[in-house]
Amino acid sequence: MAEMMTLGKALNAGLRKALEDDPKVVIMGEDVGKLGGVFRITDGLQKDFGEDRVMDTPLAESGIVGTAVGLAIRGYRPVCEIQFDGFVFPAYNQIVTQVAKMHYRSLGRLRLPIVIRIPYGGGIGAVEHHSESPEAYFSHTPGLKVVTCSNPSDAYTMIQQAIRSDDPVVFFEPKRRYWEKGEVEFSDFPLHASRVVREGTDATVLAYGPMVKVATDAASAAAEDGRSLEVIDLRTLSPLDLGPVYASVRKTGRCVVVHEAPGNLGLGAEIAARVTEECFYSLEAPVLRVAGYDIPYPAARVEEEYLPDLDRVLDAVDRAFGW
Amino acid sequence: MTRTPTVAARTAGPGQRLTLLRRMLLIRRFEERCVELYSAARIRGFMHLYIGEEAVATGVMAALTPDDAVVSTYREHGHALARGVSADAVMAEMFGRVDGCSRGRGGSMHLFDAGARFYGGNAIVGGGLPIAVGLALADALTGRHAVTACFFGDGAVAEGEFHECLNLAALWRLPVLFCCENNQYAMGTALDRAQAVTDLAHRAGSYGMTARAVDGMDVEAVVQAARQAVRAVRGGHGPRFLELQTYRFRAHSMYDSDRYRDKAEIARWKLRDPIELLCARMRGDGQLEAADLAGLDAAVTADVDAAVAFAERSPAEPVTDLTRFVHSERRGTR
Ligand SMILES: Cc1ncc(C[n+]2csc(CCOP(=O)(O)OP(=O)(O)O)c2C)c(N)n1
Ligand SMILES: [Mg+2]
Repeated sequence: MAEMMTLGKALNAGLRKALEDDPKVVIMGEDVGKLGGVFRITDGLQKDFGEDRVMDTPLAESGIVGTAVGLAIRGYRPVCEIQFDGFVFPAYNQIVTQVAKMHYRSLGRLRLPIVIRIPYGGGIGAVEHHSESPEAYFSHTPGLKVVTCSNPSDAYTMIQQAIRSDDPVVFFEPKRRYWEKGEVEFSDFPLHASRVVREGTDATVLAYGPMVKVATDAASAAAEDGRSLEVIDLRTLSPLDLGPVYASVRKTGRCVVVHEAPGNLGLGAEIAARVTEECFYSLEAPVLRVAGYDIPYPAARVEEEYLPDLDRVLDAVDRAFGW
Repeated sequence: MTRTPTVAARTAGPGQRLTLLRRMLLIRRFEERCVELYSAARIRGFMHLYIGEEAVATGVMAALTPDDAVVSTYREHGHALARGVSADAVMAEMFGRVDGCSRGRGGSMHLFDAGARFYGGNAIVGGGLPIAVGLALADALTGRHAVTACFFGDGAVAEGEFHECLNLAALWRLPVLFCCENNQYAMGTALDRAQAVTDLAHRAGSYGMTARAVDGMDVEAVVQAARQAVRAVRGGHGPRFLELQTYRFRAHSMYDSDRYRDKAEIARWKLRDPIELLCARMRGDGQLEAADLAGLDAAVTADVDAAVAFAERSPAEPVTDLTRFVHSERRGTR
């Protein structure tokens, strides 16, 4: 029976399950133990699994992620928590120079089953460093896998799959959706696969993480105007799984990509290029992007202006039709 | 509380004591008002309060001149006010208004005032240290006899930047005054759960600079230690390090439920409230009547009222302006 829970609680349940299933799984991060994490995602885990499985670390992101490399080489499956998107950068060095390269450098002899969890995106009234969407930096780096969940059920499933993965996974959590509820059930849908979340015939809207809800809301609104939008949740940002996207765009002829991150060289740019290459003769309009602006994430007062919303998505769809 | 601070003193005359008291009271009342405004959703975003730590910023800033520079943290309302950034500009910033010291873009964690050589709050723990070292390097290269005071928490000591910067500053004998606000906790993590060596002054000393622990609840002790250190730094003797032992009376931020600290511990520290301490001392020396204190309190409360009114009058930056300052607006650079 599927249970109703928030996305945050679903992650907590998924982490708990992973700790139960495999004694090599360890969680480490700032205040993840006694306090249960700033967003309470690891709440209660240290109490139940002990301080050797759920480790409070000093305030040292580079140390946390770098230590995970050593642990992983020795057969552990570390799950590192970064408190907020903007705080991953002290660890960026380790992620890009070590985590991403070790498997390749060792000719496949060393496996790096590390998960780096990062709450990301805006919508909670914070500012720069606390609301950013840095997924493109990581997706750009060969050797890393990058995924993001958009709903509680995926959160529960994907975190377990990421931990079971033999490759390092940067796991982006849509922090503004932590408190949203949904039915939760483990599914065997693969980790690195995109998914059609709403079928439609007139245009394809691609989104991931926090923007999936915006896209489906836009689709509902468009339906009232007699326009049928197909919404795809990308789920995996590296590698991208665009097979279902190509199939969809060949059907609809129009494609809009939505993300919070700045548009310049964001995931949307790569996706637009690939869709254009694969679906050129099916396209009725260029692939359009709805993205954050190319500015540092703004103050709480104006984040509604910054974040793509239903209107901006519908606008883009209109533009695709007006081409 | 671990060990006895090595510097404790009574130094200031009555006039200066009054100034110090007024500064600390202003910070306290400002912060208290921020709590109310936050509850009323007039202030948004993350907010970290300085209540309990007022003596640190007040004491250190008293030892600086306007030519010196200050680099700060996200718990920086008190730093900004003590540095002389106007309460109006700070409050307008909290409100996200255009007359705020960061145009309303920064909010609580990113106060900034280049005019006051206040080079910013900083939401990245440890992020300010290299900036301070760079400012000091520039001063050293140009032969300016200025000091850069760099504030950071005990938590920052665990970050790599701390160690890189102490070494750089010591190696190049740069005019930095490192001010470690040791309030015993980094969010929910007590110092001894994060540091193998909890004597932070001792650790700083190992980088080759004079470092000392100071009672950060005693504003006069802070002033004296800071003056001494600033004199040495300005005199070209390289960086100095002050570990200012203090305590935040409230939770880490407005979101923090503060379940990790013992109530008795909080109560114990509150007995050493920096404002109460100074008041008691002044009373003992016959320098403070009840009426003086009431008058002072009324005056700073009026300053805070005025700051709120100023903030409320100030408009928001137009959304269309948000693309400004992403890049230089100097002609020829675009
Ligand atoms: C690089 C980085 N990592 C994590 C955080 C999240 N964070 C904000 S404040 C804080 C604790 C800092 O403690 P300390 O330096 O002692 O300063 P205090 O809050 O006690 O004044 C943490 C972990 C951050 N802001 N930056
Ligand atoms: Mg601290």
